[in-house]
Amino acid sequence: MQIHPMDQFRVEPIIPLHIGGVDVSFTNQSLVMCLIVGLVALFMATAVSSRRLVPGRMQSMAELSYEFVSNMIQSSAGVEGLKFFSFIFTIFFFVLFSNVLGLIPGIFTVTSQIAVTFALSMLVMIAVLITGFARHGLGFLKLFVPKAPFVLLLLLVPIEIISFLTRPISLSVRLFANMLAGHTMLKVFAGFVIALGGAGGIMSVLSIAPMLLIVAITALEMLVALLQAYVFAILTCIYLSEALHLHDHH
Amino acid sequence: MSVEAAKMIGAGLACIALVGAGIGIGNVFGSYLSGALRNPGAAAGQTTNLLLGFALCEATGLFGLVIALLILFAF
Repeated sequence: MQIHPMDQFRVEPIIPLHIGGVDVSFTNQSLVMCLIVGLVALFMATAVSSRRLVPGRMQSMAELSYEFVSNMIQSSAGVEGLKFFSFIFTIFFFVLFSNVLGLIPGIFTVTSQIAVTFALSMLVMIAVLITGFARHGLGFLKLFVPKAPFVLLLLLVPIEIISFLTRPISLSVRLFANMLAGHTMLKVFAGFVIALGGAGGIMSVLSIAPMLLIVAITALEMLVALLQAYVFAILTCIYLSEALHLHDHH
Repeated sequence: MSVEAAKMIGAGLACIALVGAGIGIGNVFGSYLSGALRNPGAAAGQTTNLLLGFALCEATGLFGLVIALLILFAF
């Protein structure tokens, strides 16, 4: 039995749908996205349905996650950043749930598609641009001009512009490549288990070694899933903070 | 040399990017540990920066992986 490690990232239509030559089929990816949104909404709705002064288990989970995101925004973007709380909370929980749900075997990992992560990071960049221009007008362009002698500026301004323009790429590729690499690695090791197990004799006994390794890697992937959601959210905060405060830090 | 063989070699070469990522991640955690052991009181406040530095380092290595995948599957 030969399964290619990249097969798990195949987007397959469940309900084929074409409107005006555009493929808008309901795919396994759309299904998992609906599942994520439903789960997050269900979690938050049930957690705060019985509002008590002394929180129960579910309510304290919701309160902890609220405080976690709130502290993250305040430490990186200041109190003014709290205006974007719902935006960042949504992004954080969407990425977190899709990373963690993707670790369950058989469930499609939404964030392993560059299309999804790039759309998310473009959303962040558009929010940054709108915030920056709405707040500072054309003064937002001062973001590209650091305090430096004129001769250095000739070099620094292009660098600042390029680094700003590559942000959506690095933001999306970081998340996508982490998920892709992790899941490919799991499948490659799973292939070892099958190949060794089918070899017979002493080899079948040895197949326990890659199996144990998969357990360890799954734990590592859980850490990566949490960490990447955190990193995505905190970089969003930092970019928004730059749009709010330009170069002078709070 | 056939194009297929050249692709395989190119994809393998692209994975050399992981050398840099390994050095970088080692540097991030090593520096954090040596700083944290000198001044344990300030260590807890720097975990955000630690994780951020780790993620930024790791990403550069993963760009190499993306290039390898592009060479293998896109062209």
